[in-house]
Parts: sequence; C-alpha cells; structure tokens
Amino acid sequence: MELLRLATAGSVDDGKSTLIGRLLYDSKSIFEDQLEAVERTSRDQGAEYTNLALLTDGLRAEREQGITIDVAYRYFATPKRKFIIADTPGHIQYTRNMVTGASTANLTMILVDARNGVIEQSRRHAFLSSLLRVPHVVMLVNKMDLVDYDEAAYQKVADDFRAFAAKLDIPDLTIIPISALQGDNVVHRSENMPWYEGSSLLHHLENIHIGSDQNLIDVRFPVQYVIRPQSDAFHDYRGYAGTVSGGTIKVGDEVMVQPSGLTSRVVGIDLFGEELQEAHPPMSVSVRLADDLDISRGDMLCRPHNHPHATQDLDAMVVWMQQGTRIQEGNRYIIKHTTRTAKTIVKDLQYRLDINDLHRDEKTTSLGLNEIGRLTLRITQPLFVDEYRRNRQTGSFILIDEASGATVAAGMVVDTDV
Amino acid sequence: MSSIDYQLSQLDLLEAESIHIMREVAAEFERPGLLFSGGKDSIVMLRLAEKAFWPAKIPFPLMHVDTGHNFDEVIDFRDRRVNELGARLIVASVEDAIAEGLVVDPTGPRASRNSIQTVPLLKGIIDNKFDAVFGGARRDEEKARAKERVFSFRDEFGQWDPKAQRPELWSLYNGRHRQGEHIRIFPLSNWTELDIWQYIQREELELPSIYYAHRRPVFWRDNMLMAVTDVTPADEGAEVFETEVRYRTVGDMTCTAAVESDADTLDKIIEDVAASRITERGATRADDRASEAAMEDRKREGYF
Ligand SMILES: Nc1nc2c(ncn2[C@@H]2O[C@H](COP(=O)(O)OP(=O)(O)O)[C@@H](O)[C@H]2O)c(=O)[nH]1
Repeated sequence: MELLRLATAGSVDDGKSTLIGRLLYDSKSIFEDQLEAVERTSRDQGAEYTNLALLTDGLRAEREQGITIDVAYRYFATPKRKFIIADTPGHIQYTRNMVTGASTANLTMILVDARNGVIEQSRRHAFLSSLLRVPHVVMLVNKMDLVDYDEAAYQKVADDFRAFAAKLDIPDLTIIPISALQGDNVVHRSENMPWYEGSSLLHHLENIHIGSDQNLIDVRFPVQYVIRPQSDAFHDYRGYAGTVSGGTIKVGDEVMVQPSGLTSRVVGIDLFGEELQEAHPPMSVSVRLADDLDISRGDMLCRPHNHPHATQDLDAMVVWMQQGTRIQEGNRYIIKHTTRTAKTIVKDLQYRLDINDLHRDEKTTSLGLNEIGRLTLRITQPLFVDEYRRNRQTGSFILIDEASGATVAAGMVVDTDV
Repeated sequence: MSSIDYQLSQLDLLEAESIHIMREVAAEFERPGLLFSGGKDSIVMLRLAEKAFWPAKIPFPLMHVDTGHNFDEVIDFRDRRVNELGARLIVASVEDAIAEGLVVDPTGPRASRNSIQTVPLLKGIIDNKFDAVFGGARRDEEKARAKERVFSFRDEFGQWDPKAQRPELWSLYNGRHRQGEHIRIFPLSNWTELDIWQYIQREELELPSIYYAHRRPVFWRDNMLMAVTDVTPADEGAEVFETEVRYRTVGDMTCTAAVESDADTLDKIIEDVAASRITERGATRADDRASEAAMEDRKREGYF
C-alpha cells in the first residue's frame, strides 16, 4: 500500500474541518468513542447538529477558544492508500503552520467557499504551496449546495484561480466542485453536478501518481551516522548510515565524498542484514565503500560528475516563524541543513515578498512573524546544497536561535551561484 | 526490490522515517534512552532501533517505568527480549518512589498507580542524565498527541507546553536544549495501530501472550472488561465470569482493560483491528476516560 501526505488550507469557515471529518467518516476512520465524545461536546455547546469539525480540534486551548492553533496530523486509509493529513489552520497569522504542513506534503488541498470565490487567503495558500514546491495541488470549490450546484458559479471561481496559479510554479493543478457538508464529489461523483466530468476527491487522492515526486536523478546521500560495531563478527565493518535524499545508489557505483572530493566505489548497501542492490529516496540504509576514507556525519556522498554545490553563501527564500522577534541584516543564527549544522550571519535582506500580490518590497529592513523574504546568508563552513526546486531535501534548511534553541525560520535555496 | 517501481510501501516508508529519526538522535545527543514497556509499540520501536544500528548493538540503554502492577507475562517477555539483545535495562520503579516517599500510593477500591508514574519517569530521566528519551506514542492514539512534535521539548520540570512547540519541517529535527532539559522523541508518530500490527506480522515479532486471545476470569466495570487479579479484585456486586479476551494495550493492570475476542493469531488480530470501531485507548484505558482533556493534562506534567 502506498502512502500519500496531504496538507490542507482554507480560510476560517470555508469548511476544512467538515471536509476532513467527512473523509475520515466516510472512510470509516472515525471510531465510535471519538464520535460519541464529539456528539457530547456538540450537545454541551448547544449545537443542533454534530459538529464534525470537533474531531480535528485537539487541544484544550483550542476547544476553549474555538479555533485551531497548530498543525495536527490525521490518518485514514482506504483499501488503496494510506493518507496522512497535516491539518493546518488558514488564519492570516498562521502562514507558519501551513509552511510546516506543506514541507512534507505530496499534495495540498485548498478550499474556497463558492459564494466568496478566490479571496486573498486562497491566493496566499496557493503561493505557499508553490513556494514549498508541493508537487500536486487540488483546489476545492466548496459549498456548491449554497450556489445551487451552478456550473457558471463554479467556472468563475475556477477561472480566477487558474489565472492566479499561472503566475506560480504549480506542476499539477486539479479543481473539483464539492459540498463537504452534503458529500457531493467527496467520495462519490455527485448527481447534482452532471456537468462536472472529473473524478471525486477521494478517487483523485487514491489514484494520483506520486512515484515521480522524488528526485531520482541526482544521487545525494548525506551521511548521518557512522556504524562501527567493533565486535568480533563484524570487526572491520564500517557503514555510512543515512537517508537517500536523491537519485538511486547502486552497488558498484562510483561515488564522490564531499567535502574531501575523494572517490570510491559502493560495495554494499545494508538494511538489517539484508544486502540491497540499490537504494532510492527516502530509504534509510547503510552504505559500505571499497576504500577506507575519512568520512563523518555531515559529509555528502554523490557522483563525481553530479554533485551539490559546496558553498558558504546561500541565496534563499526564508519564512520567519517566531512571534515577537525579527530577522535583519547582521543577525546570527544556527543553520541546520541535511545532517550539517553550522553558524550563519544574514548578509543581505534583498526584499520582502508580499504574498498577496507577489510584490517585492525592496525597502524592507527586517522580517517579522509569517513574513517571507529573500536573503543572502554567509555560513561558517561549506554546505552541500541544491536549489530547492531540484531537491526539497538538499535545498531546505532551518534557522535556530542560539540562545533559546527555538526554530525561528524555514529556508529554501533559490540560487546556488552567489 | 524491483528496479522499476521507486515507490515504497507504507510500511517501508514509515520504517525509513523512524530509522532516520533514531539515527539523528544517536548522532546528536549525548545520552539517549529508550522507554521499553514490553508493549507492542515499544516492541516495534526496539526492532526499528535494531535496524537503525545493525550490525552494531543499539547504542543506548532501555528504561522501563514499572508500576509494580504489570502483567507477569509482560515482565517475563521484557526480560527475555532484553537478554536476547544484550541490552542494558534500567527499571524506574514506582514501588521505590513510594518507599522513598516521593509519591503516595493511591488507595481505595479503584486506586491506580498510573498517574503517579510521571514521578519515577522524570526521576529516571534525571538520575540517568538522559537528554533524549524515545517513547512509542503515536499521533493516531489521542488528540493531544496528534499535535505533538516528533522531537518534543521538555523543560527542566519535564513539562510539555503545547503552545510553545517548535515548528518541525522536512526531516530537519531540532534537538537543542540546555542542561537539565530534555527532548522526548517519538519515532512512531506517523504509525497507526493497524500499521503496528502489520509490521509485527511482517517482521514476525514476538509479543507477550496476553495480546492473543486467552481465557481468564473477568468482570465488567464502566463498560470495560477488567481481569480479576491481586490488584484488581472484582468490584463489590460485580459478577465474575470466565471468557475469551485479549489486550489491545498492556499498561498498568489497574487501568488496562481487555476486549472480548477470539483472535488468537496475528491474522485474526489484524482483521479485528481493521474492523474495530473503537480506538484502543477508548476501549481499554480507564485513565483517558477521566475527561476530554485527560491525556493533555497528564502530558503537560511530563507523562509519556
Ligand atoms: N452548506 C454548506 N455548509 C458547509 C459546507 N462545508 C462546511 N459548511 C459549514 O460551514 C461552517 C464552517 O465549516 P468548518 O468545517 O468549521 O470550517 P473551517 O473553519 O474551514 O474548518 C459550518 O457551519 C459548516 O457546517 C458545505 O459544503 N455546504
């Protein structure tokens, strides 16, 4: 069975919780005791109907305030696929959460209310999805029941959205008219919208091709940990453990090690005693080489003629994620990239990107919570990076505040030739 | 593995992610420890740790918080498994904590040591200077857990602050902490109960016998089937009867209930789980029934 990771986005009241509740409910992933708890709470709150949205509101603080404050993960499965939903709230102030959810997603579902059409927040969600390079986007025109399942109403929203999406980098876009509340086009094709010829949401989720979401061309293997058993049975064993972050590594392949530039040959790929012939993303394996090289955590295995850029300067899009602080030129942080950790200083804040109209504000001198900008960073030691558009693993990093230890920013490498 | 299909199955993907997490911890922390209860989730976690470091031994000790009210079958299993692996087991004992006066043994007809486990757990973490502690919790178990990070920061009192969690992106985990603070690590975050069972089957993992259907004397308490034991004698007026049951979780005897089932093989259990309409905690854990926010409140104080 395959696994598909989804992220959801939508403004408050567009019907996101109702949709997730329905997907879980119709795929029989809601258990009776959960449903009972939700029914009880709905009654206590004086609601007339069972509020399926309560299923996804986790924490006490959220229940008290009636809002969703953070990313929550939900699981459901059909006979075809297992799904992980990163449920991220759509409020203006929560760009951070959507970026977090989208960072690991194969697909984002963006909801809009058919009555309101494409609003500022829908554009923002589409932009974030493209910034994070989520390979597939499904735009759901919800509450079709409230516009009499009218094709023209749907077309207008769909056209608006396509026009905006054309300015972005969205490799695969699908638009589906639904009613989360009534179930139209969620699990089954709706009889209320005979003019719609596409598949239902669930059918789409079950069948979309995700096999090529990973980079299978450029071999990238950041060394995570060196395994040296020092036991009699495995006296000379030395395995470089890590997760394949790009390409396919085969036994017999010639590899180059960064930063040393030395080359060797793969003589074994191990997984718990099993000898594999090849490994691809995102497998976690242990690689043995023909030569005894000095390799440690933070080094990168790649191919002699296809390797990431070794650089101390990065040009990147950065999302600031901490409340109450700002990032500006001269600030210093810890940078974590693949299995390397170093220190960095902000050399240049080139511009702040307005995510509503994609305007570049070059006068900005700092970025605050949920703001996105393009920065140049100088790093204390070389990192082995690819452009994020080529590889989401070797093109991404986080910034950490040294004093508090907090994760303060997410970054995506734009250009490797600075 | 075929060379055409580069799509991993869900179990392979989950396994790869968990192994990645464990190796990050081994590389970045000084003193990790792994909570091992002998329950199915920690059994899976242990197999993943074996895989992550093979052919070397697991490079950290195991710790069990023993309430003194565990099922004998589980303790026997725990000790056998630890021996096989040549691992080191630390037992953080609730009885010791009671003897030392750190906690008061709850008394009364329905007393449970479940809630006082947090004290020896945190003491075990401090005494062993653990800076990272692996736990087998899953996000599908409970809604407070659904929001918890894989690397979950704990302050020097072991407390979890759900509102001040670090964003967790890609597979970049932030383990920064100061002396005295620690990080709880949840490598099974994305696994569901069904994934766990399918993995146990695929890996042919041995389980304590009480997971399989067996006959034992039981009684009904609040719609839950409790075993009649030394620490859980039948409630007054409750009818004791013998029937075929199995356990979906194996916590402390005083708050863990059985389910009626004739599933005596993994195939049958998987069928049972796939068809089950009640969550494992809802079905069998008295501790989570206390209130809507029972788990969240315990977690804030440092619970598993
Ligand atoms: N008529 C109609 N109402 C809907 C639909 N989807 C959601 N709603 C209602 O819209 C309101 C907000 O939905 P909710 O799921 O809580 O929105 P969220 O804030 O995006 O999670 C609730 O009253 C829902 O019942 C729909 O397809 N049709």
